[in-house]
Amino acid sequence: MSAVVHSAPRYASNEGVLDALSVALGDLAVSAREEHGEIVITVRREKVEDALRLLRDEHEYQQLMEIAGVDYPQRAERFDVVYMLLSLTRNHRIMVKVTAAENTPVPTVTTLWPVAGWLEREVFDLYGVIFAGNEDLRRILTDYGFEGHPFRKDFPLTGYVELRYSEEDKRVVYEPVRLAQDFRSFDFMSPWEGAEYVLPGDEKAEGGEG
Amino acid sequence: MSMQLEQSPTTGDEVITNYTINFGPQHPAAHGVLRMVMELDGEIIERVDPHVGLLHRGTEKLIEYKTYLQALPYFDRLDYCSPLGMEYSYVLAIEKLLNLEVPLRAQYLRVLFAELTRICNHMLNMGSHVMDVGAMTPNLWLFEIREDCLNFFERAAGARMHMAWYRPGGVHQDVPLKLLTDIADWLDTRLPRLFDDAMSLVIDNRIFKQRNVDIAVVGRDDAIAWGFSGPMIRAAGIPWDIRKSQPYDVYDRMDFEIPVGTASDCYDRFMVRVEEVRQSAKIMKQCLAEMPDGPIASTDRKVVPPKRGEMKQSMEALIHHFKLYTEGFHVPAGEVYVATESPKGEFGVYLVSDGSNKPYRCKIRPTAFSHLQAMDMMCKGHMLPDATAILGAIDVVFGECDR
Repeated sequence: MSAVVHSAPRYASNEGVLDALSVALGDLAVSAREEHGEIVITVRREKVEDALRLLRDEHEYQQLMEIAGVDYPQRAERFDVVYMLLSLTRNHRIMVKVTAAENTPVPTVTTLWPVAGWLEREVFDLYGVIFAGNEDLRRILTDYGFEGHPFRKDFPLTGYVELRYSEEDKRVVYEPVRLAQDFRSFDFMSPWEGAEYVLPGDEKAEGGEG
Repeated sequence: MSMQLEQSPTTGDEVITNYTINFGPQHPAAHGVLRMVMELDGEIIERVDPHVGLLHRGTEKLIEYKTYLQALPYFDRLDYCSPLGMEYSYVLAIEKLLNLEVPLRAQYLRVLFAELTRICNHMLNMGSHVMDVGAMTPNLWLFEIREDCLNFFERAAGARMHMAWYRPGGVHQDVPLKLLTDIADWLDTRLPRLFDDAMSLVIDNRIFKQRNVDIAVVGRDDAIAWGFSGPMIRAAGIPWDIRKSQPYDVYDRMDFEIPVGTASDCYDRFMVRVEEVRQSAKIMKQCLAEMPDGPIASTDRKVVPPKRGEMKQSMEALIHHFKLYTEGFHVPAGEVYVATESPKGEFGVYLVSDGSNKPYRCKIRPTAFSHLQAMDMMCKGHMLPDATAILGAIDVVFGECDR
């Protein structure tokens, strides 16, 4: 591990924390690692509430600052749900992670922190992760009556519907998205470093006899 | 405000049942597009259901389609009242993944302008808070200070609000010496005079106190459980400030105090901000006194582009410039959560990199989201007009809350 030269927030040392927490969590944890100065502990999904209660009550991680969803569509359990914990007394931060699929509910942690209510609603809204036990699992950021979960990697950036004010109907109408120009996604990757461009006509070279 | 009766009142001695009213989404005291469905018993608030997301623009999704540098200006547009405070977490998150060293002058410049942003933000918030509870003049007076701040931003970055001035590795451009001396003069003369003048109208004002003291009292345990941060948690008497406890850049060299409240009501939240302005001025003076000369951005040419003059002379500089503004730099795979003390509280960025030139995921932790969620808890049992005071003391900006 190279020396830390960046000037990002410096909280209390990670030294020994990873081992101590791994021992304390026992078989609640699946894996634990330290990278880029961040401690990430993956716990078993069905035990997340127990794990976070243990961290809150016995290890002084009093505050839940954030719950983030991440989508890895190539995995079987495609979503990560990441809980950012902050200890005000030990001046330390850790991340606790669980994995989930569309049909595997994650136990709610609103029983531990009331703040989890909206944070879980957001992850549900944007990724479609179900939180079992959250009594108010409505959409929060997207429009009333929105369909789909927009932050999934397979949801297009442009979305499916657009809306405008219709002068004839005197109201806002929803219509399928029409793009005046095809959606372009530039990757800017260097062609010498493995960018995979498919130029028009290339497909004929690949044994396109049939 | 539209009003609707859940059950029609009848004549006679019938008890009128609860009202449900719609506060917003277009209401001047809502500080943006907030819709609150309120259940009232007469004028007493029984339940509040804030509906957020009316300003949701999918910033986090857009960032996934941009290179690291292209994504930076989105942060200005989150909390448009304190743009540099938003950029700060993002550039620090990238620097943490890259483990990139930032030259000392750049660190001082970032701290200096972060504190100027804090003053600028608090001017807007305190002004509108005072206006929400019925006073007009202080707002106008405070806007004079805000105007000065915006002029300084313009002289440093070329833009008054959306500066895009912090960059991974430092800042975009150096500032002229005259700007620094002007800021020093302003801190010594105009700021204390204008600010003390405006505050003399407010802080001992009878009406202002009647509207704010003992409104929305939140205990320490509640403040922690509801994920409060910034002035909201400090007003509850918890001396928690990320600048002090988890210092970034050169905050560890700064000598400043953390104001805390005692009663944890709206008045305390306001007064914490008043004192923070004075502490910010103190930090800025130290920055100006100690700021060394030197480069204003990292000299690692794989991340920070060379100067334009250099580019005209050197082939290598030209190639670096071209590569950085087309492909951008690659960030090592990994994930970090970096939170800084923005003027409104803890503003965090959870950045996941897959090793390419674009963020795989960039989750933004807004401050107002958690605070707004506690509206129901804070408003319960208060009068309807108190809701605007509570909202003003939270300091919400919907660009950031809804992303």
